Order: sequence, then C-alpha cells, then structure tokens
Amino acid sequence: MAEPTVFRAEGIGKSYPGVRANDDVSFAVRPGEIHALLGENGAGKSTLVKMIYGLVRPDEGRMFLLDAPHAPHDPRAARAAGVAMVFQHFSLFDALTVAENIALGMENPPPRRELAARITQVSHDFGLPLNPARRIVTLSAGERQRVEIIRCLLQNPRLLIMDEPTSVLTPQEAELLFATLRKLAEAGTAILYISHKLEEIRAHCDRATILRHGRVVESCDPRAHSARDLAAMMVGGQMRQIDRSGRQAGEVLLEVRGLSMPAPDAEGTALKDIALTLRAGEILGIGGVAGNGQEELLAALSGEVASRPGTVTLVAADLSAKGPEPRRVAGLLAAPEDRLGHAAVPDFSLIENTLLTAGARKGLVRRGLIDHAAARDYALAVIRDFDVRTPGPHVAARALSGGNLQKFVIGREVMQSPRVLVVNQPTWGVDAGAAAAVRQSLLDLARRGAGVIVISQDLDELLELSDRFCALNEGRLSPPVPTEGLTLDRIGLMLGGAHGMEEARI
Amino acid sequence: MMIDPLSVFLLLLGASTPILFAALGELVVERAGVLNLGVEGMMITGALAGFGAAYSTGNPFLGFLVAACAGAAISMLFAALTQVFLANQVASGLALTLFGLGLAAMLGKPFEGVRAPAMPAGPLRINWIVWLGLVMVPLVWWFLNRTRSGLILRAVGENHEAAHALGYNIRLTRLAAIAFGGAMAGVGGAFISIATVLQWTEGMTAGAGWIALAIVVFSNWTAPGVLAGAWLFGGVTVLQLRLQAAGVAVPVQLLSMAPYLATIIVLVAISARQKFSRRAGTGAPGSLGTNFHALR
Amino acid sequence: MIQLVPRQSASNTWQIATPLLAVLATMITGGLLFAIMGHNPVAAIRTIFWDPLFGMASSYSRPQLLVKAAPLILIASGLAIGFRAGIWNIGAEGQYIMGAITGAAVALALYPLEAWWLFPAMVAAGLAGGWAWGMIPALLRNWFGASEILVSLMLVYVAQRIAAWMAFGPMRNPQGMGFPGSRNLQQYPSASNPELIAGTGAHWGVVAAAFAVLATWFLMSRHIRGFHVRAAGTAPRAARFAGVRPAVLVAFCLGLSGALAGAAGLFEVAGPAGQITDRIGVGYGFTAIIVAFLGRLHPVGILLAGLLLALTYIGGELAQLTMGLPAASVQVFQGMLLFFLLGFDLLTRYQIRRRITA
Repeated sequence: MAEPTVFRAEGIGKSYPGVRANDDVSFAVRPGEIHALLGENGAGKSTLVKMIYGLVRPDEGRMFLLDAPHAPHDPRAARAAGVAMVFQHFSLFDALTVAENIALGMENPPPRRELAARITQVSHDFGLPLNPARRIVTLSAGERQRVEIIRCLLQNPRLLIMDEPTSVLTPQEAELLFATLRKLAEAGTAILYISHKLEEIRAHCDRATILRHGRVVESCDPRAHSARDLAAMMVGGQMRQIDRSGRQAGEVLLEVRGLSMPAPDAEGTALKDIALTLRAGEILGIGGVAGNGQEELLAALSGEVASRPGTVTLVAADLSAKGPEPRRVAGLLAAPEDRLGHAAVPDFSLIENTLLTAGARKGLVRRGLIDHAAARDYALAVIRDFDVRTPGPHVAARALSGGNLQKFVIGREVMQSPRVLVVNQPTWGVDAGAAAAVRQSLLDLARRGAGVIVISQDLDELLELSDRFCALNEGRLSPPVPTEGLTLDRIGLMLGGAHGMEEARI
Repeated sequence: MMIDPLSVFLLLLGASTPILFAALGELVVERAGVLNLGVEGMMITGALAGFGAAYSTGNPFLGFLVAACAGAAISMLFAALTQVFLANQVASGLALTLFGLGLAAMLGKPFEGVRAPAMPAGPLRINWIVWLGLVMVPLVWWFLNRTRSGLILRAVGENHEAAHALGYNIRLTRLAAIAFGGAMAGVGGAFISIATVLQWTEGMTAGAGWIALAIVVFSNWTAPGVLAGAWLFGGVTVLQLRLQAAGVAVPVQLLSMAPYLATIIVLVAISARQKFSRRAGTGAPGSLGTNFHALR
Repeated sequence: MIQLVPRQSASNTWQIATPLLAVLATMITGGLLFAIMGHNPVAAIRTIFWDPLFGMASSYSRPQLLVKAAPLILIASGLAIGFRAGIWNIGAEGQYIMGAITGAAVALALYPLEAWWLFPAMVAAGLAGGWAWGMIPALLRNWFGASEILVSLMLVYVAQRIAAWMAFGPMRNPQGMGFPGSRNLQQYPSASNPELIAGTGAHWGVVAAAFAVLATWFLMSRHIRGFHVRAAGTAPRAARFAGVRPAVLVAFCLGLSGALAGAAGLFEVAGPAGQITDRIGVGYGFTAIIVAFLGRLHPVGILLAGLLLALTYIGGELAQLTMGLPAASVQVFQGMLLFFLLGFDLLTRYQIRRRITA
C-alpha cells in the first residue's frame, strides 16, 4: 500500500435503461484532501456519489472506506460508516425547524434541548451561526446550506460529499464556504467536491478526477492545468468559438418602468421597482443568485402575471395588463428556466408542444381550431434548423435529453421571429455542445434586429453574451453597466456581496 | 325552550366523536403526504364490521376492535393502489369510498333491524369510546411533534424526495399511516352504529367521512385543531337536532342541511385565511397527494 | 426482483388493454365473491353481463340499456374534461338533482300550459340549474381557495335535502292525496321526455348524450381549449405559460360538467323517473366517475364504458330478481372495476422489468 486513503473506488459500473451512467470508475480520496469530481452535466458525477451515499447500488466494482469494504444498503448505513453529504437540491424540509432537519440527518440524535445546544455551539465554532428553532422556509439560500453543513458536521464524518454547493451562492459566499472546508480538511476530513466550475476548483481543490460519459478520463492536480485544459478534458475536444460580430443597438423596443409586484407565495420573491430599457440588436444580461426574483421577473415579462398599467411597454404598446397570448402576438416572447413542466409539457409530443406558444404567430391555431399538419411542419422545421436529436416529432418532450429539449424550446421561440425574447437560464443543465448552439442562436437573433434579455446565474455566460449587465438582488434590479471590462469581483459585489454570511460574522 | 348546558355538551361530545376519530386518523395520513378520500368508505366498513361483531358476540368493545381491524384492512386496498401501483390518490380514494359503501350495503343485509348490545357507561357517565377519542388528541399531537417516528412521518409528508435521500422508507411509513387512518375511521364509523344509532342501516355514515376530511383542512393539519373542528361540527349537529325537536317552523329537510352547509362555510373561511393571510400560511404537507417512485 | 421503469410516453396498447383487463378481473373476482356467498358464479356473471342483452327477458331489458347509459355518458363526458385538467368535480350527483329540480320547476310552474317551447325551456333550466350548482365550488375555489372536491361533495347532501324538501313541500302534487312527490311529468305532454322510437329506450337524453360525446371529442382533440385543458392537467405551469388562466379553467370545467349533469337530471325527471321525489338521485353522478375513468377520459371510451355500466345496473336488477343476489352487489362490482382499472393502469405508465441481482 502506498498512501493511506479515506475512500477508494475500484472499477465501479452502473447502468440504467439505455444509459451507461458509470463505467469502470476508479479513484481515491486521501485524508485532509479536497478532491474535486469534475464533469459536464450527465457525465455520471451524481450517480457516482449516490452510490457512495447508499442511494443507488453499483452493478459492478468495489468501494472501500478506510480500507474496509463499503457497500451501504441505504443512506443510514452510509452515515453510520462515516459518510456525510450536502445535496444540491431537495434535502431540507421547509416546514420543519433547523433542529428537526438536523435530527433527521443523524442516526441517534440527542434529546431536543441537548441537540439545540450542540447546534448553536458547533455552528458558532465554524462561524456559521444558526438558530435551531427557526423554520427552514424563513432562511436564505446561504443559511439553508449552513443547515446542511452543520447536519453533516455533527456526525463527525470521515468523508464529506458536497454536490455543486456554490450554485446558490455569490462569489463571496463561496469564498467563506471554502474557508470552512479548508478548516475541516485540516482536521483530517476528506472532502469530495462536485462541480463544473473550473475556476473555483483550480483555486481550492487539491486533486481533481474528471469524468466524461461515465468514465474517468484524468486524475490530476487542477492547479497544474489551465481552466482551458480542464474544460477540454471535460468536454473532450475543443470548445466552439462564439461569434459576437455584426450587431448594433437600434431603437428602443422594450421599456419596463416601476415594475413592482408582491411575492407569489411564501418561497417567492417580490419584485421592487424594476426599470430597464432594451434596444433592437442588443443583448441585456441579468445576473443573480438563484431565488432573487428571476422567475418572477420572467413571469412579469411573459405575461403569466399582469402588472400595473404603464409598467411593461413594447414599442409604445402598453402590454402590462395583457396575458401571454396577446404579448406573443405583439412580439414579446419568453422561454422560462424549467424546461420540463414550464417551457414544455413533458407528456406531450414535440408537435403538441409547438401549440403551447406558436399557435398565433405561426398560424397553427385559427379561430380556436388546431391545424395539426401545420403544427407538425413547424415541429419538423425547429428540429431541422436547431439540430434537435430526436427520433421524430411524435416523441414526448420528456424523452429528449436536456440539451436537445432546450434547443427545441429556444428554437420554437427564435423561429417565431420575436421582436423581444426573454430567456431564463438558457443553458442550465445542458451539455457544452448544445449550450454553444443555444448561445449562438441568441446572438444571431439579436443580429437580425431583435432585442434579447438573458437572465442567468452563469456569470461566464452573461459575460460572453451580453452587451450590458444588470444584477438582480432580492427583487431589485441594478442599473445596467457595460459588460466590456467587467470583472467577476465587481459582479460579485453587484450581486449583493456576501449577504447573509456577513451578518453572520458580526 | 330550556337547554341545560351540561347535557348539551355531553350530546356534543357524542355527536363529534365519529368525526374526531376519522379526522385524527386522516390527519396522520395527510401529514405523511397521502390524501385518502376513502374515509367515508372506511367508516361505513367499520360501522358494519363493528356492529356485526358487537351484535354477534354481545360485546360492544370487541365490536370496536373488529371495526378498527376492518377499517385498517380495507384501507390497505387504497394503500396497495397508491403505494404499490402508484395510482392517482384522488381517484383511488374515491374508489375506496364507492367500494366500501357498496360492500357494506351488500354484506349488511343480515344485520338490518336488529339492535346493538348495550354499552356500559364510562367515567362521568360518558362513553368509554368518547374518552378514548379525547385521549387520542394529545396522543396524536405527542406522536407527531415529540417522537422520532412522528418526525420521520412529517418529513416524509413534507418532502418525500429529501426523506428518501436521507434514507427513510417512504412506502413503509405511508403504509403504516394509511393503516392507522383506516383503523381510526373504522372506530369512528362503529361509534355511529354501536353507540349512537344502535342499529345498522345502509349508508348510515351520511357524509361523516367527507366532513372529517374538511375538518383536517380546518385544523390546519394539527391535532388540537381537529378537536376544535369536531366539536364545532358536533355543536351544529346538536343544535340542529334540538331545533328539530323543538318544532321550529323550518322544514326538517332544510334543518338537516346544517352540518353540510356549516362544513362548507368553515372550509371557505379557513381556506380564505390560509390564502389571504401572509403570516398564517397553510400547514398542508408539501408532498400531499403526490406519489413517490425511486429509481435505484 | 421486479423493478418499475417509467415509460417515456404512455403505451397506446395498454391504454386500451387495461380497461378490458379490469373488466375481466372484476368478473373473476366478482364470481369468486358470489361463490363465497353461495351462488353459482357462472350463472351470476351470465345473468349480469349476458342475459340483459340476449337472454329471455331481453326485449324488456335492452331498451333499458340506453335509458341507463344516457345519463351516465352525459355526466361522464363533462366530468372527464375536468378530470383531465386536474379539477375534481365529484359532486355531479348534486348537480344532477338540482338540474332535475330546476327543470321540473319550469314545468310545474306553468302546469297545465301546453306549448311547443316548454320542453326546450325545461332543458335550458336544467342546464342552468346544474351549471349554477357546479359554479358554487368553482367560485369558492377561485375566490377563497376552498377545495372543490369537498365543497362539490357537501353540496350533494345539500341537494338531496332540497329534493326531499321539494317533494314534501313546495313541489308536492296537490292532487297526490298527500303522498310526497311532484306531479308526474310523463302525464304532462308538453313537459314529458318520451321514448322517441318505440322499443329502443331512446329519449331526448340519449340524443343529448350522443351529441355530448361528439362535442367533447371535438373540443378535446381539435380545439385549442381542449389542448389547454389537457396541458393544465399534466403541467399546470406550462399551461399558464401558454396563456391559460387557472380561474377561468376551473369555472369552465365545473360549469360545463355541472350543466351536463343538470341536463341529465332533467331528462330523467321528465322521462323515466317522471317526478321529483326524495329519491331522485340514484347515484348516476357517482357511477359516472367510474364511467369517466373506465373510458380513460376519452369520449369514445366513455361511450363504451357508459354502456357497460348501464349493463351492470340492468343485469344486477335481473340477478336480484332471478337469483336473489343483493341489490348492492352492483355497487360492489362497480367499485371493484375502478380498483382494478387504477391498479392495471400502472402498465400504461411503467414497464415492468426483472432486475438481475448479483
């Protein structure tokens, strides 16, 4: 035996119907190491960590934890063995208190009072103060993540798995998170860190294992490689270059003024006095950490929620009180973030999904009657022009991969030749090839004289696409700044800096 | 008209007991994230099974035990459909109600026209089962809010994805909750046949199961709220019966609408409060009415 | 070990096969039940499913098929649209009763006037009565967020008591010698809903049911509103994004299904039933829920399912007469049918695979 390892995987394989999620995966995590698991969406990172955490069982291969065979039957067995995990999504219970949430993540929680005291103490020790009696629904994204981390820390794990933890944090909040992780690592805990953000991995991780199509392509020191090299390993080949040429700002198309609306529900965000101007041929980027009003802003622009008169104007026409259909007729189109269930009906075929938005502008619906042949032709046109990989237009939307469905959704809107198109998270969870195609189509649309608003949490994407940049923070939109010469640090401050985390330090 | 407050309260306790049992059971089921609209079917099953057993053995308490078992047993049909076959919960609950009403009507023929054995009165001349119902309220509250099993049950109902990710068995938790709900509804139904009407008649639960469902909403998914709702309903029923007995100049048929209209009014009031009051919000479990299927 | 794998899209073969399987399973289980109760299972199943159509008394029972199927199909056509949209009107029984009352009220108020427009006016009143009763849960849901399931169901009990009150009070036949119940509309030519073709059982309700099947088919497969209904049922946010206003959809679905149930009630009270009594509601509103599901919420399926369940009504009566089977066994049959259907439905949405475990 060479060096001691906390965790080791040997030849792990896992298949789902039609997909080889993991194939002959081997790697090792050493004590005190922050080990990155790097890969595109769909590369098999999530499946791999679910196996370590006992949520999924491998088809073949072996795992070892502290040199003992590790084959957890369920997450409780994994926790008992010393594995803890911070999830990217769905792992907290909104209606329950912090203490209850933490108790649920422990095998033998102490009595209520004792647990509350320990939460208070441990959270202070790590500089992540938490009130055990508060309900999750009242916490910010950063605070919620703290709950997850404290839940793990109380079990003194040997291996801590973190699944894309910084996707909900500002750059400054992410820095604080890494400081905590470094403290833990120094105390001997091994950390398996899943991400596709190259810069943060290069800055903070000791080793990186890179997955592509379910296989390990490289295990290396991320600091020894450029972000460009890592990206090439992740994607397998050269990144496509984006063509930004040939655009110039023209007349004002969309004018938003004094747009305020209450939060739609307890988890939603209120919009506060939003103002923006969009010109023909221009791409306006709107950045922000998740849950700061992105969905609400899109709903206000798409017409899903009406607003006060005079707040949304498209070329002198007041659309504030109009629903989605009249807005489409006027030329204001939108593509929401959630592809399955919002931008498209999962159970419907691609043909039927064209009817969702293209009925009026493409003449697929006349006086209420559906022209099925025209809908089919339009679906075929979108599939052809946007290179949507599908057996045919009769296939249900849910059967398409994320990237292909996203190309279809964006294509469906772009090919209606909108005057203004608003997109939210256009490349979220999409493989690099499809992401590049989607971005290029947005640039081409702007070149043809449309105005485009890109709402995104991917700052690199916004820097790449947009001419001007605004930050959305707690439902407020900052004044725009030109993208030219903007740094990540400056953007981080615009996004509200380390809000939440700062008050924690006082 | 003289109304002695104490005797009215005793009547109210009796009138509210069937609903109290059924609603407490459904409360636990819904806190586990399952919407079982089959309460009416489980109640009528319990009413018949309990009456049958009590009549055959002459022991009313044995009747309640059998009613609980029968309610739990028939609830397993719903459990199988929704937890194993992943069928729609609304449709499955309706199916349980329609089936239960039919089954009880079919099997109940031999018991028509006979009387239930007399029940010995409990402390303070209040029926033992009424006492049991009152004890169940703090017991259910304690279970849900103070025990680890109750915490897991709430977690499963609040967010089944997360509960699964933490390693809890969604299906098993929900099966247990549904069985408990069935047993409670069975006892509630049996109280009508054994302790109130003292007879078996077809369709005798007369919508009590549906009222119990409404009371769970009214309670904002808490045990004390269920008690308040059941008493409110019991009060309306007693008042209505008193007015009938006193010969008020309103047709009997219209007076007997009171419990149903009261249920609608209460449902509207509480829904409006949950909808419009920002602070009140709704206590409805996050995963209520949705099925869970994990791909391993 | 067996594993369930979700299908990418619902299987068409199983869409059609599951109702047939469910009927088969119900016959087998029902037969077993009858055997346990001491009846000959083969004879019982034959009496229920075969004899009404081809047995000795079939000349009497065959017309009954359309009489019983018409209200079921009419109500189920409306319910299915709501169910598709995820709007659960389970109070069709109450809307049926109110349609019967409001429709009959027109005739009873104008008695003994004879006019060609009387019956159409009654139909309009029946539609309006059912519509209004269906709009109560719709508005309470839209305004206050009250559950339409519970409100529509509570209103069934209210409607039943209104019917009883009418039969004993305001609508009691002045020449009825004190018996409860209204005048018999069958003996009031302008108001009656007679058999149109002798020996078929076809009355205006049958015509209306046929029209409802065609109209709902057109709505659901050719019209954008039907598309929106389907979208709202499976992906509410996507429907909103398409431009559907949820409140409008709730009012549309509950109003439409209420109106159709009300019409069914009117055709019944002016035809086969003849008068308003406290037993005007015979459970068609609930059985129609089973019809809607058994017909897979599809108009053609509902047509077939309505005929099948009508058959179980008639066959059940026959079995009661000839074999002494309890009347409620039909209800048990219908409940079982829905159980099996919901269970087998798994096959349309999931593939069953055997998992190889090491």
